[in-house]
Amino acid sequence: MQQLFYAILTMAAGVLACVAYFFGTNWILDKIFPSKGLSGAQASKNLRITNAIRPWLFLGPALFALTVYLVYPVIESVWLAFHDKSGQEFVGFRNFIWMVNDGEFRQSIFNNFLWLLVVPAAATFFGLIIAALTDRIWWGNIAKTLIFMPMAISFVGASVIWKFIYDYRAEGSEQIGLLNAIVVAFGGAPEAWITIPFWNNFFLMVILIWIQTGFAMVILSAALRGIPEETLEAAVIDGANGLQIFFKIMIPQIWGTIAVVWTTITILVLKVFDIVLAMTNGQWQSQVLANLMFDWMFRGGGDFGRGAAIAVTIMVLVIPIMVWNIRNARKEMGGH
Amino acid sequence: MIGAARSPLMWVVHLSVLLLVLIWTLPTAGLLISSLRDKDQLAVSGWWTALSSSTRNDVFRAPTAEAQVERDGKFVISGNVRDSDAGTISAFGISSREPVAFKAGETADLSDGAKLTVQADGSFEIVSDTSMEGARGQRIFFTASTPPRFTLDNYREVMNASGIGASFINSLTVAIPSTIIPILIAAFAAYALAWMEFPGRSLLIAVVVGLLVVPLQMSLIPLLKLYNGVGGFLGVPAKTYMGIWLAHTGFGLPLAIYLLRNYMAGLPREIMESARVDGASDFDIFVKIILPLSFPALASFAIFQFLWTWNDLLVAMVFLGTGNNELVLTGRLVNLLGSRGGNWEILTASAFITIIVPLIVFFSLQRYLVRGLLAGSVKGG
Repeated sequence: MQQLFYAILTMAAGVLACVAYFFGTNWILDKIFPSKGLSGAQASKNLRITNAIRPWLFLGPALFALTVYLVYPVIESVWLAFHDKSGQEFVGFRNFIWMVNDGEFRQSIFNNFLWLLVVPAAATFFGLIIAALTDRIWWGNIAKTLIFMPMAISFVGASVIWKFIYDYRAEGSEQIGLLNAIVVAFGGAPEAWITIPFWNNFFLMVILIWIQTGFAMVILSAALRGIPEETLEAAVIDGANGLQIFFKIMIPQIWGTIAVVWTTITILVLKVFDIVLAMTNGQWQSQVLANLMFDWMFRGGGDFGRGAAIAVTIMVLVIPIMVWNIRNARKEMGGH
Repeated sequence: MIGAARSPLMWVVHLSVLLLVLIWTLPTAGLLISSLRDKDQLAVSGWWTALSSSTRNDVFRAPTAEAQVERDGKFVISGNVRDSDAGTISAFGISSREPVAFKAGETADLSDGAKLTVQADGSFEIVSDTSMEGARGQRIFFTASTPPRFTLDNYREVMNASGIGASFINSLTVAIPSTIIPILIAAFAAYALAWMEFPGRSLLIAVVVGLLVVPLQMSLIPLLKLYNGVGGFLGVPAKTYMGIWLAHTGFGLPLAIYLLRNYMAGLPREIMESARVDGASDFDIFVKIILPLSFPALASFAIFQFLWTWNDLLVAMVFLGTGNNELVLTGRLVNLLGSRGGNWEILTASAFITIIVPLIVFFSLQRYLVRGLLAGSVKGG
């Protein structure tokens, strides 16, 4: 009860402080440079001043937060990557040399590429198939909602759900994990799926695909609906069948959206950490970069240099997507 | 689409969608059903058998001859073969080769002339005309079937003992301000970027778009150092709610500004111009006109940010302590996975508690969620 009271109090204080900033600063600005009730020249001069200052009052907190939480860390991480574990002594490329020679790092890079190869492709593929199929049936919206639902579940929650599915009991006893139960029902032998090196990566990927397919589906389904009816009708009149319409008319038209979905999921994959932490914590050769970095930050008191070097690696992998993003946005905003 | 709707292949479409829906919902359904099952049943049988009664084969060793009592001139050993009051005995046997030789209520002849009867409720009697001897008790094999049992016990246990209740409040304390504060800040910034004239505006927009993809992991080490420094300087702990709200704010801002700016830039210019002619300042225009008009975009971002902060593990693990007073639900669940990994009754119930709030938010506000996704990803989609 006391905790609840404290929680509500802190919440109110935090939110109120934020509201007070915007109202307070703008009120002060209007007090110092009033434009109402003054003679023409003075008023327009004050109006010019307030118009020059106000954007920065509006932007202030956002710029502050973006700088402190995103811009500064990027610079600092690069700086730290060239320093020793406490961040004091300059060590040149030693962290990177260590990284390249470290077996676990190479394992993580390899696994990360597997993830990047499989997850965005599979989620986009399933999303597209489901979007195309559900558009044709009367209960399509219900189906979409159910497939979209995992989006709301946390990675940790999803990991528990799937850990239950992969659960393993010794041969002979009744399996309570769905996957092993199916395998046994078809006459196979039960396996401890998430401990099989290499293949366990795919069992972990299934979780992320399960979560992300709904996202891909929603966006691709909107894109499919945006295709003009006339093109489809023309294709039907020309005698195209369903598959031809799908592959030759629809896919080319929504190619841009497919790319957006693909890259969004790619970025997510690079950051994925919770699933590996909760399922295997990198054991049985399932380590990925994000989890490895977390390990190095906190394992044995932490090594900021090595952790930062891994973070920089992740960043470098993201840069092409970032450039592509900015270019796209520029093109879109051309009008403004 | 046109034409295809009447195609004979339509049932293939229905079936494949049904199959996909099943694959996507079964995992969650399994978790929900399991969390409501009796914990002994949960441990020995799959959740898909939850509605059928479970049978188990077991063996019970009757007490030795010392336990016999004399009754009506006969010697009797009695008791119950079941360890708890669950289940019905359907069959029993006296040797491992024929464990189901007799039905419940029948009588078996034992080798030394005594007679054994086992009733359906598990009670048994060994009756002999002469005093029984022997240091070992009779082995009784039996098959018991237990009716399906659903209970809220798992939830009760988890809420009381595992600290889930406290974590629930912690998660709310993290998620609510972490949703409101960035929206407020982003809305003001988005308005400035969309409708106010100042030097460097397009550069700022490009920066925001670029920051959309900065991986969170980049920020952890520098921020941790910064927090430690500030905490030490001000004499306060480095890991506070304040710190995590600001962190979530910083990480959520690029997307928020991007979504809201796109939305606000699409609002009609005339409204703002006529208000300005009437002498309204930008602040008035924003608060009285733009904010109410932007409600759909604000709502969709709010849902996203709430789901994201509620479900977050990484930020909370780094910027909040791991004590009972700070641990959020996701962190608690990870701990349980480590310490109680085999106790599925605890795990399933805890997991369901952590996902129930996002699921409620999701199902009640799904419409806005989809709208927000579309606003950010496909223009004119």
